[in-house]
Amino acid sequence: MSTTYVVRDSTTLLRRNLLHLQRYPSLTVTVVAMPVVFLLLFVFVFGGTMGAGLPASGVEEGRAAYLAYIAPAILVMTVMSVANSTAVMVAKDACEGIIDRFRTMAVARSAPLVAHVLAALAQTVLGVVLVLLVAVGLGYRPDAGALGWFGAAGLVLLLGWTVTWLCVALGLASGSVEAASNAPLPLILLPFLSSGFVPTDSMPSGLAWVADHQPFTPIIDTLRACLAGVSPGADLWWAIGWCVLGSVLCFAWSRRLFARGRAA
Amino acid sequence: MTTTTHPSEVAIQILGLTKSYGDTAVLDGLDLTVPTGTVYALLGPNGAGKTTTVNICSTLLSADHGEVRIGGHDVREDPDRVRTVIGVTGQFSAVDELLTGRENLLLMADLQHLRRAQGRDVVEDLLARFDLVEAADRRVATYSGGMKRRLDLAMTLVGSPRVIFLDEPTTGLDPRSRRELWAVVREQVAAGVTVLLTTQYLEEADQLADRVGVLDGGRLVAEGTPAELKRQVPGAALEVQYVDGRADRVPYDGSVAALRGMLADLDDDAVADLTVLTPDLDDVFLALTGHRGRATIGTAARAESDIDEKAGAR
Repeated sequence: MSTTYVVRDSTTLLRRNLLHLQRYPSLTVTVVAMPVVFLLLFVFVFGGTMGAGLPASGVEEGRAAYLAYIAPAILVMTVMSVANSTAVMVAKDACEGIIDRFRTMAVARSAPLVAHVLAALAQTVLGVVLVLLVAVGLGYRPDAGALGWFGAAGLVLLLGWTVTWLCVALGLASGSVEAASNAPLPLILLPFLSSGFVPTDSMPSGLAWVADHQPFTPIIDTLRACLAGVSPGADLWWAIGWCVLGSVLCFAWSRRLFARGRAA
Repeated sequence: MTTTTHPSEVAIQILGLTKSYGDTAVLDGLDLTVPTGTVYALLGPNGAGKTTTVNICSTLLSADHGEVRIGGHDVREDPDRVRTVIGVTGQFSAVDELLTGRENLLLMADLQHLRRAQGRDVVEDLLARFDLVEAADRRVATYSGGMKRRLDLAMTLVGSPRVIFLDEPTTGLDPRSRRELWAVVREQVAAGVTVLLTTQYLEEADQLADRVGVLDGGRLVAEGTPAELKRQVPGAALEVQYVDGRADRVPYDGSVAALRGMLADLDDDAVADLTVLTPDLDDVFLALTGHRGRATIGTAARAESDIDEKAGAR
C-alpha cells in the first residue's frame, strides 16, 4: 500500500533534509571548502609549472591554461565532496535510530533514501555554482554554448545522482559516523588518478592505463569538452554508461541495506 | 495456525520464534501472547533477547523461524499492515536533533499521512500532554535526556498506534521522568492500546504490567502477574544495624505481618539503622534461572563465570 505514497513521503522527508541545509549553512560551506582549497592550491602553487607542461592549447598558457584544464576536475571534486557529506548524514540518521523509526512506519520504503539523494543534488547544484563562481573569479572563462552548458549541467546531476547513491549505501553500511566519513575516500582520490589534473599520457604507462580506463577520465573529459564548447565524442557515452551502471548498482545496494536494517 | 484465543482479542501473538546470529541463538523458541488492551513486560538482562524480540515484532528484523502476528497481521507476510498499527520507541531516542520538537512531531504527522489541520491539532495536543510546549521551537539538540525521551514517545503516538513497543523506555531517566512516562503508558492502556515493554527493572514491570515474562537465553523461563513472580522469589529481608556495631540480616516472606512481627522483637534503643530489602531483578534471576543476570552491578555478577558473560553478550 505504501508504494502509492512514494512521492508524498519523499517530499516530506526531502523537506526535512532541505531544512537541515537551510538551517545549517555551515554544512554547505564545509562541502565547498575542500574543492575551493584544491582549486587555489593547484592554480597558485602548482599552476605555473603544471601549466607550462600542458600541451599548447591556444591563447591561454601557464597558470591560466592550467586553471582552464583543472576547472572541470574541481567541479567533479565538488560533487564528490557533497556525496561524502551525504554518507555522513545517512550514517548519522542510521546510528541515531531515526532511520529505524521510519522503517517501523508505513512510510514508502525508498523515501528516506530518495530524500537524501534529492537534497544532495540540491546541495550539489549550489556547491558547483559557488565553486564555478570562484573559478571565474580567478579568471576561468568557459567557452560553452547553450548545448555545452546543458550537457555540463546534465552530467553534473547524473554524476551527483550516481555517487550519492553510492554514498547512501556506504553511509548505511558503515555502522558509524566516523567510518562513514572515511568510506568515500576513494571517490576523492580517484579524480587525481584520472585526466583531471594532468593528461594521462604524462603518467607512467601502467598508471596511465588505469587512468584511461577508470570512470572519472571520460567523465571529466566530457565535462571539460562541454565547458570548452567542443564535442566530447565517445567520452560522453562512456561517462553516461559509467554513471547509469553505477547508479543502478548503488541504488540496488542501498535498497538492500535499508531493507535489511542494522546487523543486530 | 494454532491460535487458541480469538484474533481480535490478541494484539501480539508470538509462536516458536527463533533467531540466531552465527552460532549464537538469541531467540530459541519464544512463545508469547498479549491480549488487547494490556501491558506485557519482558524482563531480562542485557543479551536475553528483549530487543531482538521487539525488533522482529516491529518489522525491523526478520526471524529465522516462527510466527509473529501483530493486530492479526503477519509480520513476515504483511509488514506494511503491521506498520500501520504499531508505534515503536527504541532504546535510544530516535529524534532529529537538528530540528525543533514541533518540527519533529509535524514530520511524523506528515509521514502518518494526516491531513495538515488534523496533524497540527495532534501535534499541539501532544506538545501539551508531554510538557514540551515551552521547548517546542527549540532545537532538540538542546533538550535534556528526559525531554528527548518524552519527545520520542510523543512522536510514537502521533499515528495513534494500537500496539506500542517500548524497548527499555526508562533506562537512563531520572525518577520524575520515569514516573511521567509510566503515567503516559497507563493513559494509553486505558484507551485500549496494547503495550509490550522491555525492562531491566522489576519495579517498572511491577508498576505497569498486567503480565510479566522473564526472558533468559532466548526463551521465557517464567511468566505471570508481578505478584505471582515475586512470590516465587525469595529475597525479602530485614537488615538491622545495631548501635554496638553488630549487623543482622533476617529473611522473611515479604508480608507486612511478618515484618511487624520482626519489628516487635527489636529493642528500640539497640537499633541504629533498619533497611527493608525487597527482591530485585537479580534475585528473580537467581531464583528463576539459577544464574545471575548481567543487568546487575553487584560484584557477585562480575565474578560469574566467563561462559555466562559470553552467553549474555548478544
